[in-house]
Amino acid sequence: MATIQERQDVLVEEFEFFDEWMDKYNHIIEMGKALNKMPEELKNDDLLVQGCQSKVWLHAEKNGENVRFKADADAIIAKGIVAMLIDVFDNQPAKEVAAADLGFLEEIGLKDHLSPTRANGLMSMIKQMKFYALAFAG
Amino acid sequence: MSYDVQAIRQQFPILNQEIHGRPLVYLDNAATAQKPIAVIDAISDYYLNYNANVHRGVHTLSQRATDAMEAVREDVRAHINAAETAEIIFTRGITDSINTIAFGMGALVKKGQNIVITAVEHHSNIVPWQMLCQRTGAELRHLPMNEHGEVVLEGIEEIIDEHTAMVAFNHISNALGTINPVEEILQRAQKVGAWTLVDGAQSGPHARVDVRAWDVDFFTLSSHKMYGPTGLGVLYGKRERLEALPPYQGGGEMIATVTLEESTYAGLPHKFEAGTPHIEGIIGFGAALKFINEVGVEAIAAHEKELLEYATQECSEIEGFRVIGDSKNKASVLSFVVDGTHPYDLGVLLDQQGVAVRTGQHCTQPIMDAFCISGTARASFAMYNTKEEIDLFKAALEKAVTMLR
Repeated sequence: MATIQERQDVLVEEFEFFDEWMDKYNHIIEMGKALNKMPEELKNDDLLVQGCQSKVWLHAEKNGENVRFKADADAIIAKGIVAMLIDVFDNQPAKEVAAADLGFLEEIGLKDHLSPTRANGLMSMIKQMKFYALAFAG
Repeated sequence: MSYDVQAIRQQFPILNQEIHGRPLVYLDNAATAQKPIAVIDAISDYYLNYNANVHRGVHTLSQRATDAMEAVREDVRAHINAAETAEIIFTRGITDSINTIAFGMGALVKKGQNIVITAVEHHSNIVPWQMLCQRTGAELRHLPMNEHGEVVLEGIEEIIDEHTAMVAFNHISNALGTINPVEEILQRAQKVGAWTLVDGAQSGPHARVDVRAWDVDFFTLSSHKMYGPTGLGVLYGKRERLEALPPYQGGGEMIATVTLEESTYAGLPHKFEAGTPHIEGIIGFGAALKFINEVGVEAIAAHEKELLEYATQECSEIEGFRVIGDSKNKASVLSFVVDGTHPYDLGVLLDQQGVAVRTGQHCTQPIMDAFCISGTARASFAMYNTKEEIDLFKAALEKAVTMLR
């Protein structure tokens, strides 16, 4: 199975295909649309990621040494972004998720491109995922 | 003379730029308007030639700065037809203006009385009154809104009654653009002897207000929404009302005498202007007022009305496009949702195409709750916007919607 780094490399390659940010956004949106549905009953306020402008729900559970993530969002770009994170982190060892360096966000230019409030939202999602992973790893 | 929008645009250098490789289409004017060269020059001129603190200095620069600032006070007085310049107070903005009144009324309002607002207020005209009610035990009431985003006047006699201390409401809703029935509400308030405050945040750049024709007690304007600098507001108050209120903040400029034990306060308007004022802001605002009046408030309003009607008609062709707040009586604001899309996503994809709109709740959470939506996208128009820009906006919106569905 691909490692966190290998999965990031695949994403970077995918985004290299697009020159225009509109096309990159389109790709993010498509990833959002393709994200596995999160069961409605999981979407309660306890799972809301704090610090996002739109509503983002994030659920994590332990799968042996690994951590599984489910997520949803009411805005599709936010959903696409969390889908990218799930693409990288889902079913990876909790220890590695907690320690991971997400260089791909800089390589595809997303970190610089987002407005400060959205960049904060992205950081909140990552923090929340790592927080779950750390709890499971310990 | 016909309205020369291209000549007006040339006065706003900021408009002539590209965002993400596309021409900027600035449609976030209800948040803040861009500044004409005349305003930027007035601020530069102040710092280049006569920067000094006002009111205290005997030296020449201080006198020049004081004269320039006080001349603007007179310009504002004339603009809204106040009786005297002492009734024109410079504040930090509308939020500061409303807080000044709500704080001062804490000394006058008693339990058993009530404060009345409407369901279409900005948070800045809700929260200060909630705080006043918490301090005094007074009750906060509101005039409701209908499905068009219009204030409902039926039942106004029960809501505004002989126990009403203050009726405070906006002239034009920032989130919906609805022009409120100011005169009807004022008449009812005046009949029961309540004080009145009209928030002119959104009307300042689009409508001429005569405070004495309205006989309103307080009226407030925002400089930055009227093509002037940020950080400056105007609070108009009738002399007898302002004199009845204690000062909001203590400090320099607002005192007559100070000993270490006690102070006496300066007269109007200085009693409400503690600290060094926003001198360059006031001077810049003077230039903005002059600019608005040269173009003509009526001409601006007519131009914006045309843009609003054109934009509403064009965008309504987009499947699932819904105007939020579809009153017939609206000014310059097109608040909307598109079924199957989130306003934040629309905002991001419009920005990618050079179009600046506002997305979210517009500091009006109760309005969004009433419409059962999390927020809207809002395009708002100013004197310099064009029909060509609305065509670009519509095309960008169509592209965004196609991507999002």
